[in-house]
Amino acid sequence: MGWFKRIKEGITTSTNEKKETPEGLWYKCPKCKTIITSKEHKQHLFVCENCNYHHRIHAKEYFKILFDKNEFIELDAKMVAKDPLGFKDSKKYTDRLKQNQKNTGLKDALTSAYGKMNGENVVIACFNFNFIGGSMGSVVGEKIARAIDFAKENKSPIIIISKSGGARMMEAAFSLMQLAKTSAKLAQLSNKKLPYISLLTDPTFGGATASFSMLGDMNIAEPNALIGFAGPRVVKETIGKDLPEGFQTSEFLLEHGFLDLIVERKNLKTKLSQILRIIKT
Amino acid sequence: MEYLEFEKPLEDLVLKMEKAVELSKEGDVDVSATIKDLEKKIEKCRKEIYTNLSPWQRVQLSRHPSRPYTLDYIHAITKGDFVELHGDRGVKDDKAMVGGWGTIEEKSVMFIGQQKGRNTKQRQKRNFGMSNPEGYRKALRLMRMAEKFGKPIICLIDTPGAFPGLEAEERGQGEAIARNIIEMLQIKVPIICIIIGEGASGGALGIGVGDKVLMLENTWYSVISPENCSTILWRSWDYKEQAADALKLTPTDMLKNKLVDGIIKEPVGGAHSFPEKMFRILKKELINQLTELEKLETKKLVNKRMDKFSAMGVVKE
Repeated sequence: MGWFKRIKEGITTSTNEKKETPEGLWYKCPKCKTIITSKEHKQHLFVCENCNYHHRIHAKEYFKILFDKNEFIELDAKMVAKDPLGFKDSKKYTDRLKQNQKNTGLKDALTSAYGKMNGENVVIACFNFNFIGGSMGSVVGEKIARAIDFAKENKSPIIIISKSGGARMMEAAFSLMQLAKTSAKLAQLSNKKLPYISLLTDPTFGGATASFSMLGDMNIAEPNALIGFAGPRVVKETIGKDLPEGFQTSEFLLEHGFLDLIVERKNLKTKLSQILRIIKT
Repeated sequence: MEYLEFEKPLEDLVLKMEKAVELSKEGDVDVSATIKDLEKKIEKCRKEIYTNLSPWQRVQLSRHPSRPYTLDYIHAITKGDFVELHGDRGVKDDKAMVGGWGTIEEKSVMFIGQQKGRNTKQRQKRNFGMSNPEGYRKALRLMRMAEKFGKPIICLIDTPGAFPGLEAEERGQGEAIARNIIEMLQIKVPIICIIIGEGASGGALGIGVGDKVLMLENTWYSVISPENCSTILWRSWDYKEQAADALKLTPTDMLKNKLVDGIIKEPVGGAHSFPEKMFRILKKELINQLTELEKLETKKLVNKRMDKFSAMGVVKE
């Protein structure tokens, strides 16, 4: 008998007898595979209690965490993308936009709002990674620009929460120039001595990193977020070797001097408020 | 001289011409009529090829192996009155980014630009024109020095992108580019940026924020190279021509979309065919632009620069 002969039988349940768990009732951590109910997961701010894995969340969830009583006024809520280049790859850009709007219920990859955080006025602009990979086109650039203008006019600090794959290819050079546009607005804000905190979350790459994400008076990240300019696959191809463990994580960036601190999601509101309070005092 | 595939008809004529010239030197046959005829044909062929270029062909021309590079332009424009400066004062001297003091007709300027290499050894030394963070930081150091001494800055852009290496990430490639962008927006001396070859994404914009951003005729400028765009959106390298069309990366399209300020004509046949002519054209353009920009008061200059970039983008409300 061959040594490879299976002694124990494998899965014997036939497919038609398999029990389905209702979608969305349970959450399995992709890192440590711990299973908890979705309700508990939500209560833990979408962070795994076992291994501290910070699940990706979007503007809606961050606003709920940061704004007092989840009260805020959204800025430029109606702004949508045009298709200035008539871009078409395997799919038309306009169709891609429509599909993403339908799937996410969002207008584009960034939501901006103002409200109070522990009683103090603040403007928050936050990426939605579920909308074309949080890519930055004209709408994202313009919304960030206007959020900064709003902060400037109202003498309020601004927090930009990055979670972006980079520039939106379907808007080509228009999207590239959003790097310059957002930076110009940040320069103006800086001249008014108003604080800008950049919060980098998993993942933040490309055009975001090469502009506003890295330009905070303070750069803060969530634990274990991937942050970089070139994506890990591209870097790996360039050097032709495996990447060292922990490459491009928040901890890696902190170690190399590009972050001020790493803050866990559950401490985010307190820590951000503390910093802004000390600057103001 | 190397010829690209679409330049082949031209190559054939040029080879015929060379043969005819050789024959005429031997003196046995009178070939002057043939030579004249060939001259006309060559000129006609050049016009046909170079006035109807597709976006992809322009991308190919921007990378033509015989195309002048940054230091070629600098040496020609300054007539050798150029002092190259090195190092970012932090890590090392990035050979893919060059810069230094020079004069154009007795006007002092700071030159900065990406440098490519012409043979394998040089290409490696110059890292194919792909800067590391220290390259951008060296550029910024030189720009600040120009600002200190009140001299204008000229940036010559020619890069397939910022280098996506391991050390580049460790030393903050994103931060380096971001810092350059925000600083260049506020620098208190005129900045002229010229795309002389490839203008790829953040790597180009890292020295590409200027009062005037101009493109030579056979260059491209976009958020990604057509090849990489094809790989990401079509999941194959084979769609680079479609990608080049879709990205609207040619000088004409970029000007139409108000993302650059102007186009500098190249001699018919391209900068690689007539480099000396190209140097003269660029020099004249730079002198004109410098004279114009010097008239502006500093505050106005900087505000105008910021407003220009702030206005870029198209949205619907």
